[in-house]
Amino acid sequence: MNKNLFKYILRLADNSLILGHRLSENCSKGPYLEEDISITNTSLDLLGQAEEFLIYAAEVEGTGRTADDLAYKRPEIEFYNVQLTEQPNCEFAQMMARQFFMDAFNYYLYSALKESSDSTIAAISAKSLKEVTYHLRRSSEWVIRLGDGTPFSKAKMQEAIDDLWRFTSELFEMDEIDEALISEGIAVDLKPIQELWNERVDKILKRATLTRPEDGYHATGSRKGYHTEYLGYILAEMQYLPRAYPTAEW
Amino acid sequence: MSQTDNQGPLWEVFTQKKPGMAFKHSGSVHAYDKNLAIEAARDLYTRRNEGTGLWVVKSEDIISVPPEDAESFFEPADDKIYRHPTFFEVPKGVKNM
Repeated sequence: MNKNLFKYILRLADNSLILGHRLSENCSKGPYLEEDISITNTSLDLLGQAEEFLIYAAEVEGTGRTADDLAYKRPEIEFYNVQLTEQPNCEFAQMMARQFFMDAFNYYLYSALKESSDSTIAAISAKSLKEVTYHLRRSSEWVIRLGDGTPFSKAKMQEAIDDLWRFTSELFEMDEIDEALISEGIAVDLKPIQELWNERVDKILKRATLTRPEDGYHATGSRKGYHTEYLGYILAEMQYLPRAYPTAEW
Repeated sequence: MSQTDNQGPLWEVFTQKKPGMAFKHSGSVHAYDKNLAIEAARDLYTRRNEGTGLWVVKSEDIISVPPEDAESFFEPADDKIYRHPTFFEVPKGVKNM
């Protein structure tokens, strides 16, 4: 088994899986019907991406574990999603800030990964890019609407951006897995992606009349499977049923 | 709009099944402005391959015939059967009539 490749695919899968799950928690709780459906739609797109990556991860691992096993029976320490994706839904502005940061990242990541020398990663990325392009458009619109809205909505949006800022630099962390896979043309260098991300974020924050936060303390650890307190609760809910009833079928 | 209704104004949604075909009314959405309206319309009305084209228009911008005027608008056509093109045969190659 190519351990580096396996772990790299899990990172991609877990970002989509956990963010998709987070968004799905909002199903039926949206501020109004249209937004409820849009958020759930985005969630379904992300879960679809996660499934495709997990199917591929299971194939690369080659031990007989399935995509479902990887989603539902993996312990927390073996999840590699960035900590931003697991942050709670607290407020609509927070959900949109989290979504905007992730959408912008995924947009540039998949744009680059669709040229990957690994044809499966390239194909999933090309397909996901279409979905993510729309997600980014939607979350950008909301950041602008709330930021350049009323004094109240602006304060909420700025607070959300400030609160989540410390989780953004983790998106661009690279380790020996990245280095190895970049040299094979499978993975992509995240430095240029960080530059593009910064440009996009600056542009949208400016249009939203919001202030880019100062860089301060930055969260880290997801590359090694370390998470904030929130992931455990997500997994408890997500994995309860398959763990309690392993033979249950849909 | 009532005090508790904060969903924004109503927009009417039209979808086009294939390029070249007429747009058909699909339903309506609430949204604060036209960009958000077309995004909401996309999520509500085109996620099952219903369309390749999409229009939204503010409901209040649509001018309609009030029901009480229906008689004077439509009934005069009732007894003018000769206005129907039923005497022509449709050529074989014509689709979507």
